[in-house]
Amino acid sequence: MNAPFQPELIGLDRLPVGSKARIASVDWAGLDDGEANRLRQFGFDEGVIVELLHLGPFGRDPLAVRVGRMTVAIRRKHAGAVGVTPIRQ
Amino acid sequence: MTPLPLVAVAGNPNAGKSALFNALTGARQKVGNYPGVTVERHSGRLTLADGRPVEMVDLPGSYSLEPVSPDEAVTRDVLLGRQQGERQPDALIVVLDASNLDNHLRFCLQVIELGLPTIVALNMVDLAKRDGLELDATVLERELGVPVIETVAVRRKGIAELQQSLDDMLSAPFCGVHKPVKSDLIHLQRRAREISAAAVISETPVRRWTHRLDAVLLHPILGPLILAAIMFIMFQAVFAWSEAPKAWIQGGIDWLAVQATVVLPAGFLRSLVVDGAIAGVGAVVTFLPQILILFFFILLLEGTGYMVRAAFLMDRLMHGVGLSGRAFIPLLSSFACAVPGIMATRTIDDPKDRLTTILVAPLMTCSARLPVYTLIIAAFIPNSRLAWGVGLQGVVMFALYITGICGALLAALVLRRGVLKGASGGFMMELPKYQWPLLKDVVLGILTRAQIFLKRAGTIILGTTIILWALASLPQAAPGQKQSDVSIAGAIGRGIETVVRPIGFNHDISMALLPAMAAREVAVSAIATVYSIDSPGEGAGASSLQEKLQHRWSLATALAFLAWFVFAPQCISTIAVTRRETNGWKWPLFMVSYLFVLAYIFAGATYWTAVALGL
Repeated sequence: MNAPFQPELIGLDRLPVGSKARIASVDWAGLDDGEANRLRQFGFDEGVIVELLHLGPFGRDPLAVRVGRMTVAIRRKHAGAVGVTPIRQ
Repeated sequence: MTPLPLVAVAGNPNAGKSALFNALTGARQKVGNYPGVTVERHSGRLTLADGRPVEMVDLPGSYSLEPVSPDEAVTRDVLLGRQQGERQPDALIVVLDASNLDNHLRFCLQVIELGLPTIVALNMVDLAKRDGLELDATVLERELGVPVIETVAVRRKGIAELQQSLDDMLSAPFCGVHKPVKSDLIHLQRRAREISAAAVISETPVRRWTHRLDAVLLHPILGPLILAAIMFIMFQAVFAWSEAPKAWIQGGIDWLAVQATVVLPAGFLRSLVVDGAIAGVGAVVTFLPQILILFFFILLLEGTGYMVRAAFLMDRLMHGVGLSGRAFIPLLSSFACAVPGIMATRTIDDPKDRLTTILVAPLMTCSARLPVYTLIIAAFIPNSRLAWGVGLQGVVMFALYITGICGALLAALVLRRGVLKGASGGFMMELPKYQWPLLKDVVLGILTRAQIFLKRAGTIILGTTIILWALASLPQAAPGQKQSDVSIAGAIGRGIETVVRPIGFNHDISMALLPAMAAREVAVSAIATVYSIDSPGEGAGASSLQEKLQHRWSLATALAFLAWFVFAPQCISTIAVTRRETNGWKWPLFMVSYLFVLAYIFAGATYWTAVALGL
């Protein structure tokens, strides 16, 4: 996460709490239909900016993520299917 | 008779749809069910300015017309005119949360594409302003091609304009063009973002309230502590706040019993009214305040948006036993009643997650068990204060709830390892903005519950109480004999007693167990009726019932009885709703048997431990 010039691609589950990132790719095929649909409905899409707000108290799961103007909770395993490039503030 | 024009209110979850529906229809609402599915149908009536009545229906919140849950399937089917038992709406009101347009516009665009006459309610504009967001409704109107009206449903702002617009729309002839839905989600989403960006006049970043609250309430350490504290306060309040109103109701019932005794001649009729109806139903009605306090908390937690946070905090733990955080809401509702709790499981997408949640939901202490707990605790647990105003009785009550919760978690764990083996599904939920629920909406919710409870008291409970009274009164005991030994109920009780004797249950309890299947609170009225018949002239109230219990039951028996009711086989309504939800008898029968076995083992263990400790 400290490559200064090259924006690197990490899973949303590896984003530090409180930081923002742009969605680079979503592994839709790796999710089942219902889950993929729900993520799309929440607004997950390539190019969208997300912010990791909170982590669940037990096992740092689930994740509270801000997508657009909405905050949603998703599990770590689904967050892993969302590839993001961190945005430096 | 031509049916009234039908107007459906649709929108994303958390768009303030129900508040708008309430503002439009007031208290004239009906809650029913869609045939074949267990999705509630909320309908109401609205009178237009010229006096024409319109039927309104509040559709379940949906993110899109591609359903993920059964609720969303109903919304889609109603909008497409395919839902059994519902005609296609003549007009639609789509509700948008002004501060979440990017997302809500997508569903709105999809609905507008259907081609039905549509009005958009741009709701919660006040909250958007508070968050530093100013929107131009005329831009939206131009882009969407339908009327857009700014509303603040909870303050009734814009409601008159909405009605006017609806009036115009229903007066205009409509020729019913149906366009097929073709746009895909991603395309719609991008279009939604464009429109949303175009409609923004100004946006000042402000630290939002929800953000600040979440920093505390979802804090890894503070969050769970606050959740535990809220649960604890809730159960303490159920006890502490209800004392005064309970006493008033008790006073009224005692007065009624005295009046009936004076008016009616001694004999059959007086016994039926005083010992049967008044003693039985009265004993249950005194618990109304506690049940309403519990519902008050649940409605408040749901209305503020905290309930979803609780699900977030609990998800990992629930996941550990094979459930999802989503199960937290149905399970918490089951504290009020397992029937709405089991119905609420329809928001769980994964079938095995859902079935597990249904099977363990009855272990959550429902409000119908409160009367039983309260009576036994009041009779056997000293009302001493421990510290900081925390009472021992409240602590015991809390412990009973905790036992139920632990039982549910363990049962889920075992079920997921055994009969319902398989990977557990996901947890995806929106965390809505916090808001202060309208007092009116909370009161409306509580009144509905009170009505349902009193209706039960007047029908099922009255009916079973009278039947039990008859079984307990006939045949008449000869002088010197005890009525409960001679009667038919006594004989049935003796049969049950042979089974439950080893776990410390006496004859009176055995007689109460069977009618308690009708509704659990009947256990109290059944015991009240039995004792009232056995000792006429002692008064019918629960206060004297307490004293009778203290004389007739040992502490070990009382504790075993409490333990039994933690796991007690469900009431008939729970079994019926489980059958409906699981489409067959297999799972309800499984549920009844496993809970019966657990209840038996747990009550037995409690009894023998208590006896061994010399209690």
